[in-house]
Amino acid sequence: MWDLVYDLFPKISQALNAFLRGFLPGWGADLAVIVLVVTVLLLGLAALFMVQTWLERKVIGRMQDRFGPNRVGPLGMLQPVADGIKMFTKEDVTPLRADRLAYNLGPILIIVPAMAVYAVIPFGKGMVGADVNIGVLYLVAISSLATIALLAAGWGSNNKYSLLGGLRAAAQIVSYEVPMVLSMLTAVMLAGSMSMVKIVEAQGGLFGLGWYIFFVPIGPIAFLIYFTCGVAEVNRAPFDIPEAESEIVAGFHTEYSGMKFALFMMGEYIQAFAVSAIAVTLFLGGWQGPVLPPYVWFGLKTFSLWFVLMWLRGTLPRLRVDQLMAFAWKFLLPVSLANIFLTGIGISIVQILTK
Amino acid sequence: MLKTDTIVVNMGPQHPSTHGVFRMVVTLDGERVVNVDPVVGYLHRGVEKLAERGTYLQFMPLTDRNDYICAMNNNLGYAVAVEKLAGIAVPERAEYIRVIMAELGRIVNHLILVGFLLNDLGAFFTPVLYCLREREKILDLFEMASGSRMTCNYMRFGGVAADLPEEFLPRARKLVASFPAFIDELEALLSTNEILVARTRGVGVLPADAAINGSITGPMLRASGVRYDIRRVEPYSIYDRFDFQVPALEHGDSYDRYMLRILEMRQSVRILEQALAQIPAGEIQTRLPKAFRPAPGEAYARTESPKGELGYYVVSDGSGNPYRIKIRPPSFINISILSQMSVGWKVADLITILGSIDIILGEVDR
Repeated sequence: MWDLVYDLFPKISQALNAFLRGFLPGWGADLAVIVLVVTVLLLGLAALFMVQTWLERKVIGRMQDRFGPNRVGPLGMLQPVADGIKMFTKEDVTPLRADRLAYNLGPILIIVPAMAVYAVIPFGKGMVGADVNIGVLYLVAISSLATIALLAAGWGSNNKYSLLGGLRAAAQIVSYEVPMVLSMLTAVMLAGSMSMVKIVEAQGGLFGLGWYIFFVPIGPIAFLIYFTCGVAEVNRAPFDIPEAESEIVAGFHTEYSGMKFALFMMGEYIQAFAVSAIAVTLFLGGWQGPVLPPYVWFGLKTFSLWFVLMWLRGTLPRLRVDQLMAFAWKFLLPVSLANIFLTGIGISIVQILTK
Repeated sequence: MLKTDTIVVNMGPQHPSTHGVFRMVVTLDGERVVNVDPVVGYLHRGVEKLAERGTYLQFMPLTDRNDYICAMNNNLGYAVAVEKLAGIAVPERAEYIRVIMAELGRIVNHLILVGFLLNDLGAFFTPVLYCLREREKILDLFEMASGSRMTCNYMRFGGVAADLPEEFLPRARKLVASFPAFIDELEALLSTNEILVARTRGVGVLPADAAINGSITGPMLRASGVRYDIRRVEPYSIYDRFDFQVPALEHGDSYDRYMLRILEMRQSVRILEQALAQIPAGEIQTRLPKAFRPAPGEAYARTESPKGELGYYVVSDGSGNPYRIKIRPPSFINISILSQMSVGWKVADLITILGSIDIILGEVDR
């Protein structure tokens, strides 16, 4: 019984596959299962977005001495549904003299990479969309596509606030990608592989507690750098400069309304969750952990990091754009380079000692 | 060859952080501010002209709507001016009530300023909601005394409109006693926050001589190092009886303007503690004739409103209506130095400098 709970999702997929093989050819059953998994994943992400918005409003509400949504449904849990209905029924305005192609492409381009990232994240033991051997590289490549979406939205809106926001976003994401990739390299070096599944499996020592964050000092440093850059990459507080409400109204999505606006929000929240998930996978041992089933461990860790993101948003004011750049290039980059150097030395020492 | 150009951004009158319907025509070179052209007048109601149409007392509710964050202080300024014009004495208890209300109003104003400055800095409403929570308690007190939370219309010539209800003083004492702890909490959250310090330290410096040249008054002037407070240099009401300090800081940057408000709140608490302890029983209003007609003449009275020097210039021609009333609104004068302070800084700094000046459009545009 415990085995079933422990490996619940892989077992379901295997059972389904076996059942389908009863009347389908082998490749047909495989294909059907893949299509089903992808559908469940995509729908799950949409549901996740709703949970995230509700949770954030509730948690930040508590931090600010208020209740948060509590009118629609029990504990306000149907608030995202109400929001969704509102978004769907809103008029979809295209500004006069907007660059229509860029303007309409923006929301699509932001949502696609945000969802594509989840293809390589292992949610549990044997629960990964595609175990590619260049997983980390794929993540980096896909997540930086968001820059183009933000630029397109900022340029296409024909609005000066949007333009400022789009340019800020491009500068910020490009800058923070460098230390981010370098900090991810630490995990890659330790695991000796770029496959996300292999990286998680390599953290399985010590009864599932051999997480890379416990590899003092390199692990915590790399984790902190990755997490900081991740926050900057998804434009959340205190790095929400591209959409700084008090300065440039809403930045690149100033002109968007209705579902297009909702897509921007969804892209952003899903990406923020992906940052938490990747941080968990690379440094917090992914689904590894004692006793509890793997997917529970993964969910616990990821939602904890998401809580940290909400907490930051509820606490900190925003940096200025030049201070942000200086922080990336003058502080994070040298530190992450030094960290890679340290990691290399550490690995060599261990290799010599164990020879 | 790369050709760069400046862009003109029209910030306001509809913008999240122009504190009302203030408009800035900002010329930007990338993120850098090249020129700021403030445009005011979107909220002009012609208050000064309206004053001439009604009686003296009918203008009192309109003063509520000038600086609507702290109506009590505006009431006080106008009442002091008319009392000076007509030579009316104010009973002891009324003076104490006025000081209590004015200092509570100052705290309300500074709470709003600190909270919304943090919002301008990009904090997601947490500081401002903590500040508003405390403000609500003070507004409750205003409601108890005057029946209204924001537009109080509480002061009268020669006193106040109504005596304090019985439960007012205990509640006010309780609030004042708990307030230093709240300021400590607020400071623990904000004053040493690295991002806040990085964003405000050295930003938007206003040197003392420029401040004096620009007729800047109030906390802005004191943050630039000039220890000038009308409660001290030209005491009105009974401010000469209280023991309080006039805080001043030296840098004149946004951080000092923030910090000065915190220090002033602590001083207001000191004044309140004394006033609440000493308040005597007795009359709350001098009897005035039904038809109030001051003798022909003119008077200018200035008070220290939370935003700076609030002056009312009242001219009487002997009739029941004022011949002319001129208001000197502190934030209108203080905003005049905005472009001088913010040129050369980034857009983000422009917003925080504006936030640290403390303007209220009801008063700027009148």
